[in-house]
Parts: sequence; C-alpha cells; structure tokens
Amino acid sequence: MAAVAEALPSARSVSPTWARFKDALRRHPTAIFGAVVLLAMIAVAIAAPWLGTVDPQAMSPVKRLRDPWGDYWFGTDMLGRDVYSRVLYGARVSLTVGLAVAIFSTLVGLAIGLVTGFVRWADAVVMRVMDGLMSIPSVLLAIALMALTKASLENVIFAITIAEIPRVVRLVRSLVLTLREQPFVEAATAAGTGIARTLVRHILPNTVAPLLVQGTYIFASAMITEAILSFIGAGTPLNIPSWGNIMAEARSLFQLKPWLILIPGAFLSLTVLAVNLLGDGLRDALDPRLARRM
Amino acid sequence: MLAYLVKRLLATIPVMGVVALFVFSLLYISPGDPAAIIAGDIATEEDIARIRANLGLDQPYLVRFGTWLWALAHGDLGVSIFTNLPVSQLIAQRIEPTVALTLCTLVVAVIVAVPVGVVAAWRAGTWVDRVVMGLAVLGFSLPVFVFAYLLIMLFSIQLEWLPVQGYVSITEGLWPFLRHMILPSVALGTVYMALIARITRASMLEVLAQDYIRTAQAKGLSQSRVLVRHALKNAAVPIVTIIGIGIALLISGVVVTETVFAIPGIGRLTVDAILRRDYPIIQAVTLLFSAAYVLINLAVDLSYTLLDPRIRY
Repeated sequence: MAAVAEALPSARSVSPTWARFKDALRRHPTAIFGAVVLLAMIAVAIAAPWLGTVDPQAMSPVKRLRDPWGDYWFGTDMLGRDVYSRVLYGARVSLTVGLAVAIFSTLVGLAIGLVTGFVRWADAVVMRVMDGLMSIPSVLLAIALMALTKASLENVIFAITIAEIPRVVRLVRSLVLTLREQPFVEAATAAGTGIARTLVRHILPNTVAPLLVQGTYIFASAMITEAILSFIGAGTPLNIPSWGNIMAEARSLFQLKPWLILIPGAFLSLTVLAVNLLGDGLRDALDPRLARRM
Repeated sequence: MLAYLVKRLLATIPVMGVVALFVFSLLYISPGDPAAIIAGDIATEEDIARIRANLGLDQPYLVRFGTWLWALAHGDLGVSIFTNLPVSQLIAQRIEPTVALTLCTLVVAVIVAVPVGVVAAWRAGTWVDRVVMGLAVLGFSLPVFVFAYLLIMLFSIQLEWLPVQGYVSITEGLWPFLRHMILPSVALGTVYMALIARITRASMLEVLAQDYIRTAQAKGLSQSRVLVRHALKNAAVPIVTIIGIGIALLISGVVVTETVFAIPGIGRLTVDAILRRDYPIIQAVTLLFSAAYVLINLAVDLSYTLLDPRIRY
C-alpha cells in the first residue's frame, strides 16, 4: 500500500499510462522485462523480411563459415547461408510452435478436464489414460510420434501438444473438483441450472486465470522441446530455419565455430527466459495464494 | 504395509498398460503408411514389405497387439529394423553409461539443490534468496544443450580442465570416469536442480513458520540443528516427491546430453534410431524409460513412511 501512496503525487505530473507502467515496473520488474523482451522477439519475427535479412536458405559456398561481426553480423554457416537471417526467421518457428502448442493443449486439456471433473464415470477412465500418458517423458513421447510421421512444422506442433495435454487435464480436473463443491455452484444446481450451463457460466470463468499461467509455462517448455527435437533430428524439417536446426547443423563444427551454436542458443534462452518471467509475474498477479508458496 | 505394496504394484499395471497400448497404437493412428515413412524416400517395394512384416502391420491390430504383449512379457522387445539385432541386446549394451550419467546427475543435483533451497528459505527475502530464485528461473530457461555447450567451451576448450566429450567406464578407474561425468551431469542437472531448489525452499518456508521451530530456537538449539533436524526433516516429503517426478526431466534430457557429449548410452541409441527411423528401438526405449519412471515414483511413495512416521499404509 505504501508503494501505491507514493506513486500518487507523481502520477499527477505524467500521463496516467506511463505512471501505471512505472508502478507495474516497480512491483514486477522481472515480469515487465519478460513482456518487453517477448514483444521485441515477436516484432523481430514478424518484421524479419525488413530487418536487413536475405533469403535464409540462400547458399553461397564461396562464403562458407565467415566469422561474425564482419560483412555478416552473425557470420555464415557451412553452406554459406547468412546466420543473421536464419536466426531472425528462426524466431518465427519457435514462437509459432510455442504459441500454437500453448493454445491447442490448453483448449483440448480444458475440454477434457471439464468433462472428467463433472462426469463421474468418465473420470476414472480418462484419468487412468492421462496417468499412463504422463508417465511417458514428454520428449520421448514427442520423439515416438515424430518417428512415425513426416517431418513438418504441423507434426512438431501436434507431437508436443499431445505430450502437454495430460498436465492441463490434471490441472483443470483438480480445479473443477474444488469448484464444484463451492456454494455458488451448489446454488446454481439447486436453482435448476443444467450441467452444460453450470460448466460454461460458473466453472469455466474460474479456470481462466490458472490456465493462463499454465499456458505461459507450456509456451516456454514447447519452445525448448521444439529445439531439442530439431537438435536431435526429430523435429522441424531442415528446409525451415529453426533455432534448433541451426544448432543441429553446427554440432560437428562446435569446437571451430562455437558462435554457430551460441548465437541461436542465446536467442532461444532469452525468449524462454522472457516467457518464464512473464509466467511468474502472471502467477503472482492472478494467484496470490500460489505465489506465497513458491 | 505389504498389502499396500501389493496394491500399489497392481495399480501400476493399468498405467503401464496404457503406456504400452499407446506406444503400440502409434503405428496405427499416425497419418500415412508408417512402413513407407520408416523405409524412407529411396526404399523399394520389397523394403517396405519387409518393414511392414517386421512391424507386424500385415496382421490385424488385436492379433498383433496380443503377440507383441506376449513377447514383451517374455522380455522380447522386438528386432531392430536397421541392424536386425534384438532390441533388448542393443539396450543391454548401452545401458551402463545412461545409468551412470543419471545417477551422477541425481547425486550432484540433490547435493547442490537441497542445501541451496534450505539456505534460500532460511534467508527468505534477502539478496541470497533472490539470487537463488533468480538462478532457478535461469535454470528453467536455459536449454540443456545450450548450457552443455557453454560448459564445454569454458571448461574444456578455454581452461582445458575437463575432456570435451566421451565416456570412460568406472571399471577403468574412478577419476577418469568422474572427469568425463562432471560436465554432462552439471548440464543435465540444471533444470532438475532449479526444480528441487524451488520446492525445497517452498516446503521449508512452510515448516519454518511452525510453532515448534520457534520452540526449538527458543530452547537455544544451534541454527543448523534447527534447520536440519527440525525443519528439513519435516519438509522432506514434498522434496522427495519432486525428486521422483523430476526424473522425467532427467530422462528427457539424457537423450540430448548424450548427443552433445558423445556418450554411447541409450539416449545416443535413440537418436541414431530416429535418424534411421528404427521404430522398434524407439518403442522399446519409450517403454523402458516410462517403466523406470513409474517404478521410481512408486519407490518414492513408499519412502514416505520412512520419512514421516505419521504416514502409515
């Protein structure tokens, strides 16, 4: 409260938006840092064609393995492709995979979780299946799926989504089990509200905040899983420049040209860090009970 | 206790059944012809037919699943498409480095993360706490292989203290073995350490707020005695739980770590199998690791009685 009181006088002199931003920055500096870095990375991904890049797939064998900071900002790889362009376009792949997996796994997990939390006979069956799926380490599950499908961005998203769904189902189910014992849900049932309507009007809105937090963490872990899959050759096809692919191709050259791995690695780590910090900030803001525990 | 053990062991059967059914059914539910995908672009019709027969795709689903389960129950994990050797034999050849790496990582992670988490909780709110929690977020965000390459660059290439890659069996001497294990264990253990440190801190914070801690301090017991004997002992259940659950992270990380450090273990076997689309190997490894994960967590559940006498089964 003291912080709010202090912020008030200065708020009068500057614009309210700026004052609110400064207040948020003081209270959650790391979350704001995460948001800013993530927005910057999204901007880079969208604007990649206009940021002085060339075709990320264009090879020029004469200019192989140039060092960075010369004519090529991040140097060139073993096929003479411009690493700067590849890394910038790579941001598109990582962010797309992260966002798509976060959205799909949350939606599917929410649907399954809502039903299992409310329909008793479905609960036992679905939860046994989810227990089974959860005992397969997620990277292995994704590897097994990728080994049987053609390498494509869609299949990478699909494989990682399948691996993430059980955790969302678990979360939603536990939320529903708590919520349905709440007086307002009992009141709704007593007033003759049907199951479907109770789920949509009373249960669903209360799952949004925790799911938003969980979705952010899935975003971060999906980006890492994509990079791992690409790095070991079970991920994004080689004609798409993803950060994992750039690193995978540089594996054998690491001792000679470490920057070929370290530059995309730094971009990946920074983006994942930004999303994780944003997630921690959201968790603190939306779920104070959990924030105190962690 | 014995009745509980039997009950829990029986309860793992449906879980493993789902795992087996899922891993097996992937062959049938994946889009396209798996035999053709496994065979690759330059395969002939005979190649595809051979792979189809090897995977049993020419037989009805249920018949095939029955045969496969029966074989599995007898320790037959199938035959590698690429080398034509039994998968169980291939895994047996590669299991030692993987077990060694996982155990080393486990030991390193627990030795580092638990004390760090205890100190962070003890000094909650101070800069020590903030540094530890900051490092934990960093640990969550740094992908295993990126950190692994950073470690190699610093300790192997710049300082030349440790070998860049490779594996030496413990039978060839303890020090050579450890020298090759240090970097992979630290790299693989980072996420795991971050996780354990966070939970240790959270669990300790809860216990440190209890009245008996204040009593212990009022009695004039030394700080370390209060922290370890009174607090950590009571905070142990969540910590041990997360050590068990976190094994999944280690298993996922093993595949990548063995690739970076050229360790000839099961992870490396898996990566080679991916490149050759040798599905029987991937299938077997997935099953094996999942079984290990389930059994370890069963052991963790059972250890609760040792850690907390109030818990009785």
